[in-house]
Amino acid sequence: MESYYQPEDLPKFAEIGQEAPELAKKFFDYYNAVFAEGELSEREKSLIALAVAHAVQCPYCIDAYTQTCLEKGSNKAEMTEAIHVATAIRGGASLVHGLQMRNTAQKLSF
Amino acid sequence: MTSKLPQMVEPFSQSLKSRGLSLTRLKSTVLQINVGLLCNLACRHCHLEAGPARQEIMSADTVSQVVELSKRFSFGVIDVTGGAPEMNPHILDLLGGLSGRGARVMLRSNLTAMDGPGREQLIDLCLDKKVVIVASFPALNETQAESQRGKGIFLKSIEVLQRLNGLGYGKTGSGLELNLVSNPAGAFIPNNQSQLEDRFRQILMNKWGIEFNQLFSFANVPLGRFKKWLVASGNYVSYMEKLAHSQNPCALDGVMCRSLISVGWDGYLYDCDFNQAIGLGLGGQQIHISELEELPVPGLEIAVSDHCYACTAGSGFT
Repeated sequence: MESYYQPEDLPKFAEIGQEAPELAKKFFDYYNAVFAEGELSEREKSLIALAVAHAVQCPYCIDAYTQTCLEKGSNKAEMTEAIHVATAIRGGASLVHGLQMRNTAQKLSF
Repeated sequence: MTSKLPQMVEPFSQSLKSRGLSLTRLKSTVLQINVGLLCNLACRHCHLEAGPARQEIMSADTVSQVVELSKRFSFGVIDVTGGAPEMNPHILDLLGGLSGRGARVMLRSNLTAMDGPGREQLIDLCLDKKVVIVASFPALNETQAESQRGKGIFLKSIEVLQRLNGLGYGKTGSGLELNLVSNPAGAFIPNNQSQLEDRFRQILMNKWGIEFNQLFSFANVPLGRFKKWLVASGNYVSYMEKLAHSQNPCALDGVMCRSLISVGWDGYLYDCDFNQAIGLGLGGQQIHISELEELPVPGLEIAVSDHCYACTAGSGFT
């Protein structure tokens, strides 16, 4: 079945650098530095990445960070909780904008 | 049993050749003894398909031959495995016979089998002979651990670890070594063993007051029950590709088969426990322990197959 998203494209991510190798190098150097062990562990960073992947709805990232989280020793319960965090922020972000709606409605109506 | 699946990755032997590499023996310093396929569990990752219904166990005669072998040659490490080694009725004779000549004797346990009736004598012997216990403990999460090893094993394993700690195992300065082994619960390869060990140490201590010496994390070997699951779940091809792509030529130097001789429950000899699972004999030959006059000489070629990718992926399998 044809789709805009192809799972086999994920391992080819590095090919994105073919037309702009210097920019790609800067991005991938930064990317790798971000995910290296720091104040947060690699495992914790992978859980954050998994949650963000759901927030930005990137199927490639969901696929990649599900595998990475498992490889780093996370379990499905932790990964599910991480997604709930993303969901709570996404939902909360919509809901808190409801105050804008209320302010505007207040101004326009009796 | 050989694979009837289409070849998905370059054969392991070919991958060695194309890189100008070979896998040959060093001095054999490790004796591994598989005392049988009988086990109280039927773990989904078991390459030997061990379980409660398996009848294949090492006989008293073969136990005597193995003990004799350990006396004839000087091994630095003796590794007793199964199945659940605790369930072999001759296990006390074996461990007693192997101990006391300077070798580091290790007993691989799934922990739950150590708690069965009549096992007090076994634990006493382990304490007396300072047998190293290498315990399977796949995950810190009950659901994840039990999806691999079966219902009810997690809390039982915790209880046995606490009991072993109480006897001194895993405690600094006791001389009683308790190591954990964590195999992934699925088709993925573990990475960064030291970070995983730190996390296991912290959580086991904080939640259950458990101490241990070292944690080892190994990729599951695509054989036996694990291979069947890989095929049935549609993960076989991607798992083999992942193993092959992670191949690290440097890991070849340290793979266990270079210095190990593995004795099967029936006394036949192998280069490792995984070759044993597919009946691939020592150096490709079928040799019984009763026929072994000398240890395999350094330089002898090791029998390989595609499952060897699991031992050479990443940092290897020692």
